[in-house]
Amino acid sequence: MDISNYIYLSALLFTIGAIGVVVRRNAIVVFMCVELMLNAANLAFVTFSRVHGNLSGQVASFFTMVVAACEVVVGLAIIVTIYRSRRSASVDDASLLKR
Amino acid sequence: MHTSTNLVYLIALPLFSAALLLILGRIADKWGHIFATLISAAVFLIAGIEFFAMQGRSGESRAATQKIFEWISVGTLHVDASLLLDQLSICFVLLISGVGTLIHIYSIAYMSHDHDRRRFFAYLNLFIAAMLLLVLGDSYLNLYVGWEGVGLASYLLIGFWNQKPAYATAAKKAFVANRVGDVGLSLAIMIAFTQFGTVTFAGVKAGASGASTGALTAIGAMLLLAAAGKSAQFPLQSWLGDAMAGPTPVSALIHAATMVTAGVYLITRSNFIFDASPTAQLMVVIVGAITLLFGALIGTAKDDIKKALAASTMSQIGYMILATGLGPVGYAFAIMHLLTHGFFKAGMFLGAGSVMHGMNDEVNMRRYGAIGKVMPITAATFGLGYLAILGVPPFAGFYSKDKIIETAFNAGGVKGILLGGATLLGAAITAFYMTRVIVLTFTGTKRWDEKAHPHESPFLMWAPMAVLAIGSVASGFLLSSGSALVNWLQPVVNENHEHHAEEFLPPLVVSTMALVVVAIGVAFAVLKYRTVPVDAPANVSVFTKAARKDLYQDSFNEAVFMRPGQKLTSGLVITDNRVIDGLVRSIGWVIQTIAAALRSIQNGYVRSYALIMVLGVLALVTAIWMVTL
Repeated sequence: MDISNYIYLSALLFTIGAIGVVVRRNAIVVFMCVELMLNAANLAFVTFSRVHGNLSGQVASFFTMVVAACEVVVGLAIIVTIYRSRRSASVDDASLLKR
Repeated sequence: MHTSTNLVYLIALPLFSAALLLILGRIADKWGHIFATLISAAVFLIAGIEFFAMQGRSGESRAATQKIFEWISVGTLHVDASLLLDQLSICFVLLISGVGTLIHIYSIAYMSHDHDRRRFFAYLNLFIAAMLLLVLGDSYLNLYVGWEGVGLASYLLIGFWNQKPAYATAAKKAFVANRVGDVGLSLAIMIAFTQFGTVTFAGVKAGASGASTGALTAIGAMLLLAAAGKSAQFPLQSWLGDAMAGPTPVSALIHAATMVTAGVYLITRSNFIFDASPTAQLMVVIVGAITLLFGALIGTAKDDIKKALAASTMSQIGYMILATGLGPVGYAFAIMHLLTHGFFKAGMFLGAGSVMHGMNDEVNMRRYGAIGKVMPITAATFGLGYLAILGVPPFAGFYSKDKIIETAFNAGGVKGILLGGATLLGAAITAFYMTRVIVLTFTGTKRWDEKAHPHESPFLMWAPMAVLAIGSVASGFLLSSGSALVNWLQPVVNENHEHHAEEFLPPLVVSTMALVVVAIGVAFAVLKYRTVPVDAPANVSVFTKAARKDLYQDSFNEAVFMRPGQKLTSGLVITDNRVIDGLVRSIGWVIQTIAAALRSIQNGYVRSYALIMVLGVLALVTAIWMVTL
């Protein structure tokens, strides 16, 4: 199987995630898009690990998963707290840090 | 060279007294004046002891020195704070402490009604200390400290009644005019240091013989500028008339007898520089000749008795400066005239103070008249001073002023005739304006204010006047009999008697000429002031108008120095506000504008920050890709 297809898929997933982060307002959806970008990167790591024939890329993807898990814990806690205080999960409502 | 241990007390005692009286404040009000007078008398006593000790030592070892402490030791510059009492210094020390003590005594009575008498005496002692340091310092730098000290004391005393704005302004004017001269002195010291590597009198004297004429002329010109500032000589003379704002004893001590003669001391002390530079000497005689006529002309038109005497002081110091410019033969005569002038001018100033004391501080001579009958002692002492300044034999001025006129004629050639003519003309004008003062004040009819009840001054005031009057009579004869002063000063000024061979006119002819012109001046004044209007006449000649306005010296200074200076200042203020501040402000404005533009990025939307991050990463990746391609 051609290796470039995996890379195309990875790039496509990453782009979808990035666009989702920028255009969507719902904090949960933004969060899922971030996860999508992380997993696109994981896919690229595993692919290159396969290409080079060693396990470095797979190890890196495990690290990414651990970081993603931590991020989910902290990020969801923040989103839930904001929802409780503002009755809204829109990221545009939490825009107090401006000039 | 003899080493003494007493010299430091000459300065330390009055300095301590001044500090004590100023620090204790009102606590010392009751005894401050007595204490200061006793200190001044003690200084005179020490000076007298030192003088007789000097007499006991023979020629070479007469001069005494005392090193107080090592003052400056930097690189090649080593200056000790040490004192030198030689034949020249002792003349000044005796004059300063002697006349100073008399004026302290006089001031006890003169200032008795003044609330701040203690402060006045503290300043007087400060002046005595500074003036003695000036004449006792053994280097130009030590002299400079005293030079600045007397400037400070003069400023404080002219502005003693500084609650009157005009008096405070007069003090500032004197200080500023003196600063111009002080710059000259500091420049002279700096040139001397670069040329000779030392600033002591002995070191500069040793170096002067091998130095270039240009350097010596530069030092001489700067010293002359310094002397002109301190001694109110042309072109820095304008402050002396206004300095009369100070209490009259101050005018007698500082602005007649001692401080204003510091310039004569400076030039005499630096004789080795002037003797080696004929150009500098020529500048000195020109300044002296101009000032002696300038001051005399101003004196003819002043109605304020103190200002008339101030103009006379300026003129008489012009005589001394002229004499110092005539080379080795002139120094001793300059110092002799300085000493006799110290007596008769201080005496006349005290006399003027006595008249003012009796006339409710009236200074306008047109409101005086016939005071001789009610104040006989004042009139007599003033009269003796008057005869002395005129040069009538055998009074003091005859011995000192005629010698200067004679020496001026003997300068040789056209220069001698011009200088001699100037001094003779000055003597005639002096006779005119001094007679005018006498006629307006002591004789004629009463022109008093209704409230004035003149009376003779108390003993404490007339006793010093009487002592000074005795000095005006006898000092000239005592100093010149057997050429006493000339021989005494010989080791300092290197007079070698060779110049006496070439006499342009014999002394008798000079004296006769001087007496004739003086008689003409007196006669002219007596005839002109037979009747004196109370108000100064307005339709007078252009010369009188000019003399009343001090020959336009203030107008000149204002037009040439003050106005352009003000323009320069306001120009600099505008430059500062518009250009320099404008530059700083425009930098701030540019940064503010950029910041305002950048601030719009900070909109608080997380999505927009994410987009900027994405764009940034894209730009970075593109850049790396472009580089590695």
